[in-house]
Amino acid sequence: MTANDTTMDAGFRREVAGWLNEHLTGRFEPLRFRGGPGDGDAFPDLRKEWERELAVGRWSCIGWPEEYGGRGLPVPLQIAFHEEYARAGGPGRLGHIGEGLIGPTLMAFGTERQKQRYLPPIVAGREFWAQGYSEPGAGSDLAGLKTRARRDPSTGQWRVTGQKVWTSLAHVSDWIFVLARSEEGSVGREGLSFLLMPLHQPGIEIRPIRQINGGEEFNEVFFEGAVAEAEDIVGKPGDGWAVAMALLGFERGISTLGQQMTFAHELDLVVEIARENGSLRQPAIRRRIAQSWAGLRAMRYNAARMLSGFGKADLAREALGYKYYWSHWHRDLGKLAADVLGVEADVVTGDPRRERLQQLFLFSRADTIYGGTSEIQLNIIAERGLGMPKEPRGKA
Amino acid sequence: MNLDLTSEQEMIREAAVGFLTERAGPAALRRAAEAGSGYDRALWDAIGRELGWCALAVPEEYGGMAMGAFDMALLAERMGQALLASPFFATVCLAAPLLVHAGTAGAKETYLPAIAAGELEATVGLSALGGVWWPDAGAVAAGVTARPDGAGFRLDGRLPHVPDGATAGLILVPARIEGGGIGVFAVTPAASGLTVRPLKTIDVSRPLADIRLDGVAVGAEALVSDPALVAAGLARALDEAALALAAEQVGVAQGALDGTLAYIAERVQFGRAIASFQAIKHRCAELMVRIEVARSAVMGAARLAASGEDPQAAALEISAARALATDAAFLAAQEAIQLHGGVGFTWEYDPHLYFKRAQASGAWLGGADDHLDRIAAVVCPA
Ligand SMILES: Cc1cc2nc3c(=O)[nH]c(=O)nc-3n(C[C@H](O)[C@H](O)[C@H](O)COP(=O)(O)OP(=O)(O)OC[C@H]3O[C@@H](n4cnc5c(N)ncnc54)[C@H](O)[C@@H]3O)c2cc1C
Repeated sequence: MTANDTTMDAGFRREVAGWLNEHLTGRFEPLRFRGGPGDGDAFPDLRKEWERELAVGRWSCIGWPEEYGGRGLPVPLQIAFHEEYARAGGPGRLGHIGEGLIGPTLMAFGTERQKQRYLPPIVAGREFWAQGYSEPGAGSDLAGLKTRARRDPSTGQWRVTGQKVWTSLAHVSDWIFVLARSEEGSVGREGLSFLLMPLHQPGIEIRPIRQINGGEEFNEVFFEGAVAEAEDIVGKPGDGWAVAMALLGFERGISTLGQQMTFAHELDLVVEIARENGSLRQPAIRRRIAQSWAGLRAMRYNAARMLSGFGKADLAREALGYKYYWSHWHRDLGKLAADVLGVEADVVTGDPRRERLQQLFLFSRADTIYGGTSEIQLNIIAERGLGMPKEPRGKA
Repeated sequence: MNLDLTSEQEMIREAAVGFLTERAGPAALRRAAEAGSGYDRALWDAIGRELGWCALAVPEEYGGMAMGAFDMALLAERMGQALLASPFFATVCLAAPLLVHAGTAGAKETYLPAIAAGELEATVGLSALGGVWWPDAGAVAAGVTARPDGAGFRLDGRLPHVPDGATAGLILVPARIEGGGIGVFAVTPAASGLTVRPLKTIDVSRPLADIRLDGVAVGAEALVSDPALVAAGLARALDEAALALAAEQVGVAQGALDGTLAYIAERVQFGRAIASFQAIKHRCAELMVRIEVARSAVMGAARLAASGEDPQAAALEISAARALATDAAFLAAQEAIQLHGGVGFTWEYDPHLYFKRAQASGAWLGGADDHLDRIAAVVCPA
């Protein structure tokens, strides 16, 4: 991945790498290469401390404008940061949902008070957020959600009742943003509101869900008359859908682009193990490795094309298809990793490198589900990218 | 890496789209094929003499515009999309880079200005059109020997599949020189001992010829390669040709998809346009993703190749682009037939034109698997 980085700021990369080299040691040493997807529940307390360490070095929220405590770095440098971070084995970012999702949403839609109250603790690595969108009856069809919010006319507070599910990191977070139905009798995208709620309160119960790899990274979150303060609604009552969708748009994959470095690491590890156990001698395995390498290069250039499109209103075709492509690429890599391990893919050995490939095999199954399943991605690509007819809707 | 187009490149692209939409495309290809010549002479003249596209890859000192691999890729993509039948690929993407990278100063002076001006149709006679030039570029010369004879040479061998071999005015023939080394020889169709047999091809957009050399006598000046450059130059020229071919394939894929989208938007079954069926939407979306990714790979590889910075790294990226583009082109053409239904199987409708070109181009200059093997040899040496 090195041949083409010349246009990136080499000095900046050195600075990032140097800082990480100095700080990701000592008590933080065990965090190296941990806490990534599939390993999200590893060392939560230590990772929170790590977030604060990053903040002290001013490495949190580097893309945010300076007025909100960020560094206002341009996208290419943000990507360079994510890459160096991955290269150094920086742990999965507990602060990601705050930094990448709710922070930018508040900057765009929040009140002055909300910005002052919520942005600084995100920058400082002191408050962590969860995303409360999906429900048991509303997954791909998010607009089918039923969790209700009602305003208490005397206090102005919102009272929330219902259930969210698959809520990543809720068990280690402080706050949750919730999309809830605030208008009696409303259906679909109408009548929804976007609320900010503290997770630690009597009306909320969090139950971790054990996932495919045995870890517990996501949760069910039950609301029983839980409270959101009157001033903690983002946008107006009934505007929730627009805010919720804008939030998904902000991310636009900047951190996803950084993850290509992690992908490259994983591919290197697959090759390393294949060499050790002899499967590298199989022509079919070699071709699959080459195919994977080719896809990785293509993704890198696809990212470069996307960069020139950032800030434009419509997602260009190369950006529309990116999630679909990388998630399938990554899932294929997981299968390749398991095939390279052969029978050993099934055996729990305690060897961290093999374990990493086993995790890759299992967890890459989530890539094609969260953040819009592949089928939903294809619907969007067909409709927005190719102008094909919209999906018919059944009666609710 | 910046993959934005400059305003000049946007202009080239716009001009190419405008011109090729008007003058090339499936209907023009059918007319040219029926006329029997294989290509439309007037179209080729317009490309070479009016638009000046033949000058793109030629250095300025030889009358060219020295635009480089990136511009070439932009243009080649449009040509693939329009199923262009033209000696352009053989002349500009195959022969010109070979002279540029491996040629002697004299050879460049003799041939490049004529190529740049659109006055000379040239091609390269590889011993195997589907063969590979790694790890040793000499492989592409394996089928021809050059025996020193007086001041000149005698050439013997066979070039079974030479692109535009029956119409080219100049055939560049890589050969093994008896006594050591490889050389590229300039041969003209009139040379005695040369037999050119035009082949009937299933892909009518690109004619091939089977050429035999039986003791073809050439002078010393026919050895157009510089011995110091020939091995690396041959490899680099073929890499650039493979890149242009990959760009064409992205275009072929795009053309096949666009034609399919237009058809399925109109065709009604079960009371609705078949484009509204999710099974069909998803397959088209999948194609779009594959095409965009292949296009990204081509653009990135082309930028790197154009920079001339690291030909070895560029070579691998070209192989990546080629593998992805080959698959995308075939898949898009295959889906074009399927999603057209019965008419997709007819001569009258266009899908077969893309399908045949996709398969034929996929076999030229190393197949997808060859390119993957090349990557594997470097990324995961056993
Ligand atoms: C690891 C992980 C972390 C997650 N984290 C969070 C989180 O933090 N917060 C949060 O709110 N959510 C989270 N999610 C939830 C995620 O967004 C949903 O799982 C996803 O939107 C799919 O919804 P579903 O699970 O209900 O599946 P369903 O919508 O029931 O889908 C089941 C299958 O039907 C297909 N399908 C559905 N609709 C269509 C259609 N129109 N056309 C074709 N096929 C269709 C789907 O593609 C899928 O294959 C997480 C999920 C995972 C796996």
